[in-house]
Amino acid sequence: MKNVKNKSNEANIFNRKWEPLIYLLPFAVGLLIFTVYPIINVVIMSFKEGYRLSGAFNGWGLANYIKVLNDPLFKNAIKNTFTYVFTVVPIATILSIIVAVLLNQKIKGIALFQTAYFLPMVTSAIAVGLVWKYMFNTDIGVINWVLGLFGIDPINWLGASNGVAPYNIWVICIFGIWNMMPFTIILLLSGLQNIDPLYYTAARVDGANSLKIFTRITLPLLSPTIFLTLIVNMISSFKVYNDVIPFWRGEAGVTGRNLFTFVYYIKNAFYSNKKLGVAAAASILLFGIIFVFTMLQRYIQKKAKN
Amino acid sequence: MKKIKIGHVFTYVVLIFGALLMIFPFYWMIATSFKTAAEYSSYPPVWAPSNWLNFSNFIEAFKAAPFGRYFLNSVVVTVISVTINSFTTICASFAFSRLKFKGRDFLFGCLLSFMMVPFEMLVITNYQTVSKLRLINTLAVLIVPFTTSIFYTYILKGFFDTISDSLYYSARIDGASNWKYLWRVMVPIAKPSLVTIILLNTIASWNSYLWTSLTITSNINRTIPLGLTVFMTDAGSNQQLQLAAATVTVLPMIIIFIFSRKYIVNGVARGGIKG
Repeated sequence: MKNVKNKSNEANIFNRKWEPLIYLLPFAVGLLIFTVYPIINVVIMSFKEGYRLSGAFNGWGLANYIKVLNDPLFKNAIKNTFTYVFTVVPIATILSIIVAVLLNQKIKGIALFQTAYFLPMVTSAIAVGLVWKYMFNTDIGVINWVLGLFGIDPINWLGASNGVAPYNIWVICIFGIWNMMPFTIILLLSGLQNIDPLYYTAARVDGANSLKIFTRITLPLLSPTIFLTLIVNMISSFKVYNDVIPFWRGEAGVTGRNLFTFVYYIKNAFYSNKKLGVAAAASILLFGIIFVFTMLQRYIQKKAKN
Repeated sequence: MKKIKIGHVFTYVVLIFGALLMIFPFYWMIATSFKTAAEYSSYPPVWAPSNWLNFSNFIEAFKAAPFGRYFLNSVVVTVISVTINSFTTICASFAFSRLKFKGRDFLFGCLLSFMMVPFEMLVITNYQTVSKLRLINTLAVLIVPFTTSIFYTYILKGFFDTISDSLYYSARIDGASNWKYLWRVMVPIAKPSLVTIILLNTIASWNSYLWTSLTITSNINRTIPLGLTVFMTDAGSNQQLQLAAATVTVLPMIIIFIFSRKYIVNGVARGGIKG
């Protein structure tokens, strides 16, 4: 009896054929309008010269890309973004490895430790950045006070002297490391938990000390996860933007320009200057960088699986 | 035996020191929200406010800017967009996981490759689109573009794939429609994954800033992160007021995190991508 019912369902070809579409429709509508179409459009837009919000443009060509690549502001944005990426990611990773290895033991108060180490992940960078701004204050900030205990003179973290502001980038790097650690620790911890405990037991039987276990077993077996976190973090930090917002009232650094990042540049070209083609070209370049790193990530993941 | 103990002491010392460094900004933010102006600017720093019940900074911040309204906007936007997004995610994950149709795996592969496209690249076109739809400066502009997520679909589809096929066939033989099977069987089983997705989405929606800053122009429609940045550029607003407002901004997420840490941590570990 039941089989008959099932058969009649199966026979309903119309129903079977169209059913997936009904489930996919709500998803597809949003996706097509706000992801697929914009991807195609931004590529086209990047080749339209003098493209304006109204849709009018002067002609086709590479002018937008040439403009972006020759723009001193863009070069500065690249410099800042790369400095940020290649400072924050390695330091955050090293610190996170230490914390993850220590957390990956039978210790008391693990819930408390996890809460402390993971909390920055869920809180708005803009809101928490405001307290960091207070902490970085030259005259009344707690960071300069601590440095003073070690005999270090107050550092002008947020300001400029004689027109140069060398410490501005330090501010967002330190803040960035703090922001990045929770996510990195979580990924590394899950990598550590995948290591077969038998390796450790065997090493201890052989009389290896903790340091040897760490360098000979933990690090090599964790290395695929470490590479993965490096790349995922690099991809996300090439898009650094929110981390800069709280410190200089939304401006990029004390002069308003000195801390321009990739995303600042795109936003500025698009929103302030209304040069949509230039913004599109810059965002394609950002995508290019992310694409390379994503391919690297997939390659490593594939290799790790084999 | 003794050696192990020394190792343990080292572990705890390092972990506690690190934890204090990580947690200090939160303590400092909350403590400063209760400080008087004099305590705020005294040096060496005052480690705790003289009166932990001094709510005047909160009251003044809420008087200086409509933070109540900002908060309400954030709640409305987050609840609606997470609800819609979860619905589209559940349906799409089901189709990709259980239903058979031509080109399914190819289509899903395409979706995965879209995942690497940064939102920043889509912003320019999406801004034009919402302008045409006349959504600029409405709360809808913060919801409509975020009704779908490839990332969450990827996570949920992965979980749906682990639910045994035999369950599906026996339910179908019992005469349950796909629709019924999805909501009565699969969704309850996938609850942990769903909770994770909802939490990650809530956090992302609550904290989102770039798109909001581009599309919301009037005070009354600001969400709380945007309201906060406007508040900090307003001349004359004291920093301890800003920190009181910042505390109000992060508190809901801190509470959510404390009560659902495991779900969030598992989700992040599994997805390998920030929420």
